[in-house]
Amino acid sequence: MSLVAKTKTPRRVGFAPFALLVPGTAVLAVVVGWPLIQLLIQSFQEYGRAQVFGAPAPFIGLGNYVEVLTDQKFWNVLGRSVLFCLVCVVVTIVLGTLVALLMQRLNKFFRTLVSIGLLLAWAMPPLSATFVWGWVFDTQYGIANYLITQVSGVDFMGHSWLISALGFFFVAGIVVVWGAVPFVAFTVYAGLTQVPDEVIEAAQLDGAGAVARFRLIVLPYLRSIFLVLIVLSVIWDLRVFAQIKALQTIGGSVADTSTIGVYIYETSLANGEYGTGGAIAVILVLILMAVSFVYIRQSLKEDEA
Amino acid sequence: MTAVVSTPTRPDSASPSAPKSAPPSGRATTAAGGRVARRRRIRPSSIVLSAVAVIVFVLSVFPVYWMVNSSFLPNNLVRGSVPHFFPDEFTLRNYALVLFGDTRTPFLPALLNSIGTTVITVGVALVFAFLAALAVTRFRFRGRRSFVIAILVVQMIPGEAMIISTYRLLEGWNLLNSIIGLSLVYVATVLPFTIWTLRGFVNGVPAELEEAAMIDGCSRTGAFWRITFPLLAPGLIATGVFGFIQAWNEFVFALVVMSDDSAHTLPVWLRTFVQANTTTNWAAIMAGSTLVAIPVVVFFLIVQGRMTSGLVSGAVKG
Repeated sequence: MSLVAKTKTPRRVGFAPFALLVPGTAVLAVVVGWPLIQLLIQSFQEYGRAQVFGAPAPFIGLGNYVEVLTDQKFWNVLGRSVLFCLVCVVVTIVLGTLVALLMQRLNKFFRTLVSIGLLLAWAMPPLSATFVWGWVFDTQYGIANYLITQVSGVDFMGHSWLISALGFFFVAGIVVVWGAVPFVAFTVYAGLTQVPDEVIEAAQLDGAGAVARFRLIVLPYLRSIFLVLIVLSVIWDLRVFAQIKALQTIGGSVADTSTIGVYIYETSLANGEYGTGGAIAVILVLILMAVSFVYIRQSLKEDEA
Repeated sequence: MTAVVSTPTRPDSASPSAPKSAPPSGRATTAAGGRVARRRRIRPSSIVLSAVAVIVFVLSVFPVYWMVNSSFLPNNLVRGSVPHFFPDEFTLRNYALVLFGDTRTPFLPALLNSIGTTVITVGVALVFAFLAALAVTRFRFRGRRSFVIAILVVQMIPGEAMIISTYRLLEGWNLLNSIIGLSLVYVATVLPFTIWTLRGFVNGVPAELEEAAMIDGCSRTGAFWRITFPLLAPGLIATGVFGFIQAWNEFVFALVVMSDDSAHTLPVWLRTFVQANTTTNWAAIMAGSTLVAIPVVVFFLIVQGRMTSGLVSGAVKG
């Protein structure tokens, strides 16, 4: 193995780096690259159940895309996904930042306490978390209905949360936000420790209040952290699948509560419309790639450093 | 130095080592005259903050606690009109039911499938990613930057979009309902992040260290194994645990690719189990959820700090 990293001249590199890259590249090419090409091709084909059983798949140009984009159901699903994603991202970022600011002001004992709580929430597998929250919001025996009834006096016993789309997404939002706040809180907290004390103190001497200090000093320091956090959250929440699918197992109508990931699954596997499902999948990939651009550019900065 | 190994942004949350920034509100205990007055003013608000901290803690922990609590209670109590906040009638029956009870949705085969898939995924991904990380850190070659960009792009391709074409790929190779097939998919899923993170760790070990060992008489391979590799151990553990958690939790592909009852992994098993019990036995569902969660929680706590810094290291530096 030749070690030429720190010397600038790329001398005698030979085949070594390429040989090292072969296994990883091969796996990615076969398991990601090839299916991606297949997906693209399939999205331009008439591909239904007949084709699965060997009938030829004729090319129909943009037929699938036209069908998807003129289908009101698709726009409902997309709008629902985007709205759900945006609400979750905003709530997650705001709550996460508040928790981070809180942690900064706590003494060691309470900060450790909060950290332990956040870590446990963060570590819960999404599927387990979804079923626990589903149980908390259970119609008959859920603790949520019990506590609401006890505290507010309004009778919530027997209230079904999952039956209406709004209630369903309320619970789904809690599952997603509860699982996502810790990552945001820890990251923002880490960023806060990097804001120099001198600057904060100087601002304090100049009479800046807490809000002004946060807005004028902390926020600019954390700008790129927030940027990446928001982009990652948007991507994760737009792709949300396991939580929605799992909640649908407990209750809720699939037609009214599917997000785009689940919709692709339903269209392709449940209805056997693989061509249409492919077109939706390509559209999802394009949307996510556009959103990811910011993240990728930011990550590359680090690679150059 | 790398942003991953020793970045000050690593949230040392389990043991907060007194971050250098004293809170701006100045709770500092320096008895300098000017501060004392402010300190007295801050007292009531610090009580409020502690109270808020307790609320945050309770909200974070409650679902986890509720899951464990319900799993240790008899089902008829769980379905009582008044909730039991403590497992006062402690029982292990729910766990017995999950582990050995219902023959239609057996837990143990799913556990074995999950373990098999996870072990293969972590092992293969670590080796492949390590080689690739060496290539992009220790060498400057044509196409290096393109490879790094490709890794980042691939990481962002949503698996949900690829389920059908992946299904057909594995079908063509007779790898449906097979641990090998699923592991292959998982390796590809975790590889980009693993390469990216390991790259940071390898960068953190200066090549000069190896060169110094070689001057002292080590062979090139010897220098690598004795000097560099031990220094990379924390990185390999962190990324390995990341792969473990991903493979253990993954749901979309497992649902589609492992559709046979005997091929279920734990997340798919859990969903089937819930479908079979949702109206009748929440206590057992909570026991199942707990069993699925335990390994992840344990491993997660081992490496929590490093996962954050890997994902946002670019942002912190930028």
